[in-house]
Amino acid sequence: MVGITSYGAYIPWYRLNRNIIYSAMGWLNPATLTPGEKAVANYDEDSITMAVAAAIDCLNGLDRGKIDGLYFATTTSPYRERQNAGIIAAALDLRPDIRTSDFSDSIKAGTGALLSAYDAVKAGSVKSVIVCASDCRLGKPGSAQEEIHGDGAAALLFGDSGVIASLEGAYSLSHDFMDHWRAAEDRFDRSWEDRWIRDVGYNEFTSEAISGLLKKYSLNTKDFAKVVYPCLYTRAHADIGRKLGFERGQLQEHMFATVGNTGAAYPSMMLVAALEDAKPGDKILVASYGNGADAVFFQVTQEIEKARERRGIKKHLASKKDLASYERFIASREVLTIETGGRGEETAATSASTLWRHRRAIEALVGSRCKRCGTRQYPPQRICVKPDCGAIDEMEAYRFSDKQGHIIGYTGDSLAFSINPPQMYAMVDFEGGGRSWFDLSDCDLDSLKVGMPVEMSFRRKYHDAARGVYGYFWKAMPIRA
Amino acid sequence: MAEGIKDKVAIIGMGCTRFGEAWDKSADDLMIESSMECMEDAGLEKKDIDAAWWGCCFPMGGLSGLPLSMLLKLPFIPVTHVENFCATGTEALRAASYAVAAGVYDIALAIGVEKCKDTGYGGLPDFGGMMGGTSRWDMPNATAPGLFAIMATSYFAKYGLSPEEGKRTLAKIAVKSHHNGTLNPKAHMRREITVDEAMNAPIVAWPLGLYDCCGVSDGSAAAIVVRAEDAKKYRPDPVYIKSFNIAISSGEEKMYTDWDYAHVETTVRAAAKAYKEAGITNPRKEISMMETHDCFSITELTEYEDLGISPRGRAKEDVDAGFFNLDGQIPNQPDGGLKCFGHPIGASGLRMIYEMYKQLQGKAGPRQIKNPKIGLTHNMGGFPPMNVIGISILGL
Repeated sequence: MVGITSYGAYIPWYRLNRNIIYSAMGWLNPATLTPGEKAVANYDEDSITMAVAAAIDCLNGLDRGKIDGLYFATTTSPYRERQNAGIIAAALDLRPDIRTSDFSDSIKAGTGALLSAYDAVKAGSVKSVIVCASDCRLGKPGSAQEEIHGDGAAALLFGDSGVIASLEGAYSLSHDFMDHWRAAEDRFDRSWEDRWIRDVGYNEFTSEAISGLLKKYSLNTKDFAKVVYPCLYTRAHADIGRKLGFERGQLQEHMFATVGNTGAAYPSMMLVAALEDAKPGDKILVASYGNGADAVFFQVTQEIEKARERRGIKKHLASKKDLASYERFIASREVLTIETGGRGEETAATSASTLWRHRRAIEALVGSRCKRCGTRQYPPQRICVKPDCGAIDEMEAYRFSDKQGHIIGYTGDSLAFSINPPQMYAMVDFEGGGRSWFDLSDCDLDSLKVGMPVEMSFRRKYHDAARGVYGYFWKAMPIRA
Repeated sequence: MAEGIKDKVAIIGMGCTRFGEAWDKSADDLMIESSMECMEDAGLEKKDIDAAWWGCCFPMGGLSGLPLSMLLKLPFIPVTHVENFCATGTEALRAASYAVAAGVYDIALAIGVEKCKDTGYGGLPDFGGMMGGTSRWDMPNATAPGLFAIMATSYFAKYGLSPEEGKRTLAKIAVKSHHNGTLNPKAHMRREITVDEAMNAPIVAWPLGLYDCCGVSDGSAAAIVVRAEDAKKYRPDPVYIKSFNIAISSGEEKMYTDWDYAHVETTVRAAAKAYKEAGITNPRKEISMMETHDCFSITELTEYEDLGISPRGRAKEDVDAGFFNLDGQIPNQPDGGLKCFGHPIGASGLRMIYEMYKQLQGKAGPRQIKNPKIGLTHNMGGFPPMNVIGISILGL
């Protein structure tokens, strides 16, 4: 049996009520009014960092040394060259002898990656592949997309033992359907008329993929506990299900009004939400949409009860903070050019060779533990820092990224340049030993206290636009859920 | 067997520019000013100098000994560039003193300078890439005020001070230094402030406000040292070095979990050695005056405890009692300190010594302390978890 062995998800802390966008930009295009709110990545998040967060959730309690591959699906790769999946694998501290690939360029890339992972495990080439789907799509100011697009990620682990939902079949469609597109030199999507996208693309392909799968495996709509497919238009979403013969209760809640359309991550995030409520024996049908469609069906097993210790969708949905201003939103996505001052322009160069030498320390937050005295230390040391030990070259690797800690002192610095001032940072003592100083994110200065527990999150440390570098490191933040 | 430096070296001349935002002066102008005052004070000319140590911290100030040598047209003598963060000035004089004590040279010059106000923005130059190694990634997006502000939040938490109580104590430290600054024509800031003004000032890095932070200044200071036995040949009132000590973080503060971020361990270590070298057993009774490194008010507060003047966790009581005011038992920052005299990084250590030198000679004008015997300077470079402490003890 091959299928999903674990799941995880990530939704950013900030939510933006669409009324705030509409109040700012609705004058341009009054027809864009869309109800609800959407999840927005913090200024230091992107599709890579959200994928890492979802993968950490998925791998909670599992041995990362047993992962044989990582596939990353997104339409918003921070790097066009430099494998994004490789950065995620490095952050997760996975073994280097694994397969990594990026699946991109279409919002159905998430199901494409998932099917490839299934095939690789099914073929016996690998035992275990994690599929991260993540998107952080920008809409042009004043566009409908700006209100519709939400940010988020999901991670699904595929394997052949401990399967919680076996993959039982799939049906795919590929069409060069130019509903929206983005050329190499473009920052924003362009799209054709919505009525055509809805009637000729979304409604048709989604329905055709689902009915194609039902026919191929001689299944009936009644066989499924849940059917999962993205919501591009709320009324059309309901119509697709009704016309295919699904009851309303069978349709997985689409989160359009709470998270938004998360692109390549959307079907996987909804699938995670479905798995959170699934019972052994349930069948779940998942369809994606984008330049065609993929339909996949899963059968939930008894093992599902062992995979409940996840933040998944539910806990991330419940943990949120309203972003009160449209300007902060577009500044954080670098859509609005803001005054950084001279200090904000001081961007030190990134040394690729330094990063390579220290890749586990920087990308995976791996320090060292003294084999003689047990002292944990970061950054990794060759000479033990414990005053009465001092052992030389008796260290083993010790990963801090999955350890919690607590704040021993903090500040909110208004002199340092930050897109989200004041820049907060703290000295953090890790449970079990080891300490270092870290930037803080996803919190308010007023909420910080000495002694407060924190966890680590992989974030953008800086964006060096002049040299085309996104620098990543770990930040500390209050424990989310 | 090492004998230490006590009473082996004397300062026979010093110079110090006015500190401040010297928009019309370069580092070169400032160094010419301080070195000329210094040589005139010593009654010497540059041909008399055997060797020089030039302190300048930020790399934009120039590298090697050349900037000083070519500026002053020093006649092919050895010039060494010294850098040890904000303790650079103390380090330059320490090197010069050791060289004359060793008998290698008769007369040595130490000079420190920093031109901070050419960056185009407030505060010190950004640390971004300057810390080396992997700091590009693993150092927070921090400034000096923030890294010291962390010490305030930990100190307040450790000793149970509310933010209001803590900030009030820190405000009193700033008010005292501002008062002293008004009495000093060379100080960067010469204006009285009130406790309320200090407490309500805009926050720079929580909980530190504007008046908790020292001036960012341009300036230069210089000293000439000779062996103690030669000192009286040059002047009747040389100032003798009783101790020089530097302590540098071992890494245990930043990486091992014992240190509390509510004190500076290197100050404790350097002070113990300095008191031993100088023969001081009760600093609270024996020290007449100090210039300590008040880059931030919280730094000064913790120094009182780390230097063994105030009991641990109780410096607030001494601050409240005015113990460190100009008319108190141990006046601290009689010249205004970093807070008001200003803080041109590479010059500050020498500026502190300049004030002690003038006070010991009775030449400190309206801020003259009555009959001082022993002066202590405490010069800190870096941040509480990783830093350089330079302590000097001076006397007649």
